[in-house]
Amino acid sequence: MEKKRNAGFETWLMHIFLVSTAIIVLYPIFMMVMSGFKTNAEIFGSPFAMPKSFNLDNYAVIWNTTDVPRYLINSTIVTVISVIVLLITGTMAAYAISRYKFRGSIMVSLFFLAGLMLPLRLAIIPLFVQLKAMGLVDNLMGLIMIYTAMSLPSTVFILTGFLRSLPSELEDSARVDGASELRIMVQIMVPLITPAMVIAGIYNAVPIWNDFFFPLIFIQTPENRTLAQGLTSFFGEYSVNFGVLYAGLTLAALPVVAVFILQSKRFIAGMTAGAIK
Amino acid sequence: MANIELRGVSKQFGDVKVIKNVSLTVEDNEFVVFVGPSGCGKSTLLRLIAGLEDLTKGEIHIDNARIDHLAPAARGLAMVFQSYALYPHFTVAQNMGYALRVAKEDKASIDKKVRAAADILQLTDYLDRKPKALSGGQRQRVAIGRAIVRNPKVFLFDEPLSNLDAKLRVAMRIELTKLHRTLNATMVYVTHDQVEAMTMADKIVVLRDGMVEQIGAPLDLYNAPDNRFVAGFIGSPAMNFFAGKVEGFVEGGIEISLTEGAPLTFPCTGSGLSIGDAVDFGVRPEHFCIGQGADGTLKGEVYAVERLGGETYLYLSSSSQKELVVHMSGDHQVAVGDHVEIGFSIAQSHLFGPDGQSVR
Repeated sequence: MEKKRNAGFETWLMHIFLVSTAIIVLYPIFMMVMSGFKTNAEIFGSPFAMPKSFNLDNYAVIWNTTDVPRYLINSTIVTVISVIVLLITGTMAAYAISRYKFRGSIMVSLFFLAGLMLPLRLAIIPLFVQLKAMGLVDNLMGLIMIYTAMSLPSTVFILTGFLRSLPSELEDSARVDGASELRIMVQIMVPLITPAMVIAGIYNAVPIWNDFFFPLIFIQTPENRTLAQGLTSFFGEYSVNFGVLYAGLTLAALPVVAVFILQSKRFIAGMTAGAIK
Repeated sequence: MANIELRGVSKQFGDVKVIKNVSLTVEDNEFVVFVGPSGCGKSTLLRLIAGLEDLTKGEIHIDNARIDHLAPAARGLAMVFQSYALYPHFTVAQNMGYALRVAKEDKASIDKKVRAAADILQLTDYLDRKPKALSGGQRQRVAIGRAIVRNPKVFLFDEPLSNLDAKLRVAMRIELTKLHRTLNATMVYVTHDQVEAMTMADKIVVLRDGMVEQIGAPLDLYNAPDNRFVAGFIGSPAMNFFAGKVEGFVEGGIEISLTEGAPLTFPCTGSGLSIGDAVDFGVRPEHFCIGQGADGTLKGEVYAVERLGGETYLYLSSSSQKELVVHMSGDHQVAVGDHVEIGFSIAQSHLFGPDGQSVR
């Protein structure tokens, strides 16, 4: 009886903890979304109140009078291409490291791991010089290359673990069936690690989508700006219209949240894979 | 169908020699079983034939054509793995037809072959299922079906039944033997289970430490093992061994003394032994009888009894032997703590010289 009451108490504590964490995480997002429906006067007059009306005026302003649609397209291009290139190269690298024994394989995997520990921002000056020489400054291509390189270590790290856990008999069996090494990778092994690829994709897509630093350094012309960077133009240009800014931020957060909700089942499956076997 | 010939095959992983100069022949339509304790190299030998490992030395021929330089798929053989190795994201039909799809056969002919194989293995109702929706036995049949579909010259099996429960294993054993007869195929089968080896094989290859200990028909290995290792490995429970010494020579045999019981005369021709040599005398558990034996009798105390109704196992300890196993058919009323006499006849016993080789 005593034990049961204890268990109930623990569950309550757990729930209180989870609910308060959820509130702490969700409240700013909720504030952002709500403020997107307010005018500047409302935001300053009653910052915590609900908006008077849920009209889409601020969104109309964004859509009709700002470059945000352009920024949205730029961010989408950069993020989607980066993640695709990243997953292709990352999977191939992880496959080679985890499935083949070759001289120096440990060195190669340590090389990728080292990338996890280096803060890329420290290398910004040589990086700038390098991209300048390649003519990729003020070019979305340059951003894509940086993001792909930046995200490779974590992708290789995540995928290597998953690929190592696949039984080698599958490969052997496909070899006896006559499949080439490329075919074994593409048709047999990679489909089995899609949860891991979803993890690696989302894990890297979010910081790429939200990144402010690299566009700030490398992008100069307004047409090439990404969303995070573009939203700063609201400061000053519209004497800081906070309502519009919040609407823009909401718009910026929407795609990532949508992708996460759509893929959350796979994401969670991937996170817990191998836990129970 | 085809015959396989291994000539001086060796395999080394780094400094470790796993297969040491193995030569053997598998005849057309023969069911050959590689058997041996774990780590003896039997699976490696099979993988060498399959082409999943490269030879360090030697040659492999199928149908008198050298194939050891060919890729696995070009060797014309199919392999069934211990873990089944079914592709989890393919349906049963896709699993079975994968090799044909890789070989770019047309869809209609793939479908026909898959259906024919599914028919043999009673898998027709499951063709659209994924492996995870199948039981262990069904998965195993899909793995076999995948091999059949390719119509290979040789089937290779790597411990295919070891993941199944005991009852299913017996059923699959019989099914495989039937399949061998239906397909008229050459099959090479690896197992550590000597019951599988004894019941399925036309020929058994006993391996130890990467070397062939003996090749022969199951009952030849049972009745006339070449050495102490094969004698101890084939037969279950294992043969009982007694330490002995050569005391002298008589017409057509040698006299030996054991650490217990009366001296014996063991018939043999040209044993190559000399007086004082240490020998091992072996009697199988099923060749002991309760009471006085025709040629010798030992005494022991029963410390465990297993009465199964149809058969009885006695575990005894004697003055020189910690464990003696006796296997009798029928039920016997023996209790733990009983002192019993067990007898044997020379005709059903074995003698091994100091080098472990059989003395005949």
